[in-house]
Amino acid sequence: MAAPKKLCIAVTGLNAIDSPGPGIAVIRGIRDCKDWEVRIIGLSYESLEPGIYMHDVVDKTYQIPYPSAGSEALYNRLIQINEQEHIDVVIPNFDAELQNFIKIKNDLKKAGISSFLPSLAQLEARDKVNLFNFGKQHNLLVPADKIIYKPEDLKSILQQFGSPIVVKGKYYEAVVAYTLEQATKAFHKLQAKWGLPIIVQQFINGTEINIAALGDGKGNTISAVPMRKLYITDKGKAWAGITIEDKSLLDLAKHFISATKWSGGLELEIMRTTDGKPYIMEINPRFPAWIYLTAGAGQNQPEALVKMALGEEVEPFTEYEVGKIFIRYSWDLITNIEEFQKISAFGEL
Amino acid sequence: MKLKKNIATSESGFVFNPSTGDSFSLNTIGAEILLQMKESKSSEEIKKDILNRYEVDDSLLEKDWDDFMAQLRDNNLLEF
Repeated sequence: MAAPKKLCIAVTGLNAIDSPGPGIAVIRGIRDCKDWEVRIIGLSYESLEPGIYMHDVVDKTYQIPYPSAGSEALYNRLIQINEQEHIDVVIPNFDAELQNFIKIKNDLKKAGISSFLPSLAQLEARDKVNLFNFGKQHNLLVPADKIIYKPEDLKSILQQFGSPIVVKGKYYEAVVAYTLEQATKAFHKLQAKWGLPIIVQQFINGTEINIAALGDGKGNTISAVPMRKLYITDKGKAWAGITIEDKSLLDLAKHFISATKWSGGLELEIMRTTDGKPYIMEINPRFPAWIYLTAGAGQNQPEALVKMALGEEVEPFTEYEVGKIFIRYSWDLITNIEEFQKISAFGEL
Repeated sequence: MKLKKNIATSESGFVFNPSTGDSFSLNTIGAEILLQMKESKSSEEIKKDILNRYEVDDSLLEKDWDDFMAQLRDNNLLEF
């Protein structure tokens, strides 16, 4: 029997706060695959990202520069890390860093580091600020929205959309605001955290369903798994969810991937109204934090993405297990100050 | 009144709708009725069976039956 292939895979998104990053879930999917013997390199921004200290999950972590430092700084750091680790595949999992990774993906490839990412045009087309027009163009239901740069615009929007409205940050977070005061407070909070513009979206009432999907870059859907949120935190994140069977949702994901020829992982955030209409609230251009559920349901999307990054042909999945549940929990990991000191002072652990 | 084909039921009364992810718990008689509906028995057959096995009068059964069907319909468990 041939020895499993040895791979070194670098992954971002190792944080695990109340809005956890996808990194650990992606790593779990990768480690489930028995086709390879994998060394996982964590790429972190902050010293307290739990994945750094989960030594049975992440073999070694290196700090990388914040996205605001630019793509050149990121490239230089990755090349420096690559001299030690010989990375085969890199998987970025944060919206805010994707643009930089996409800009340098060809140069990374020349250095032997593969990835499987959307293009800059694809990334921009589904951006929150362009989402409504994107929906119109591709015959997808998207709530009406306004892109604003000053809080004074909120009053007329509340009058036009009615109450409540959804005030959204450029990259992350959404606040449901019932009054002008709440909307204004949300505007300032999100602006301070994520910058401008702010997106104000019409509120749609319904059941929250998310779809994790994977496109091959040629218009084909390799995988699509819909999940209905069973428990939602006060930040709107799924803390438990269940896979459901709904052909119309799978068709929606396939339509999106076919129309955009999406390359890589994505998440469609859907609000299904009581009359069955699926509104796309957001399109996240990377795996969601609950992505390990796809592996649990029989369509291991992280594994498939790694294979495609390495140039392998992956056959589209045709089935998944309905009624598979994920339940998130928090766990106190005990470590010591020496580890914290190493990652803080030297940028690696 | 027909149950949707993909509704999963168990003898314990647990009901799962895979299209929506909703789940429900039925009491003993509710579970019995649903299992018989899954076997494609008609409303008349099921009601006759209940009348034979339980001490209940017709009018009460009719009322409870209508209430139960309304709950199944409201929770998207019945075919249109």
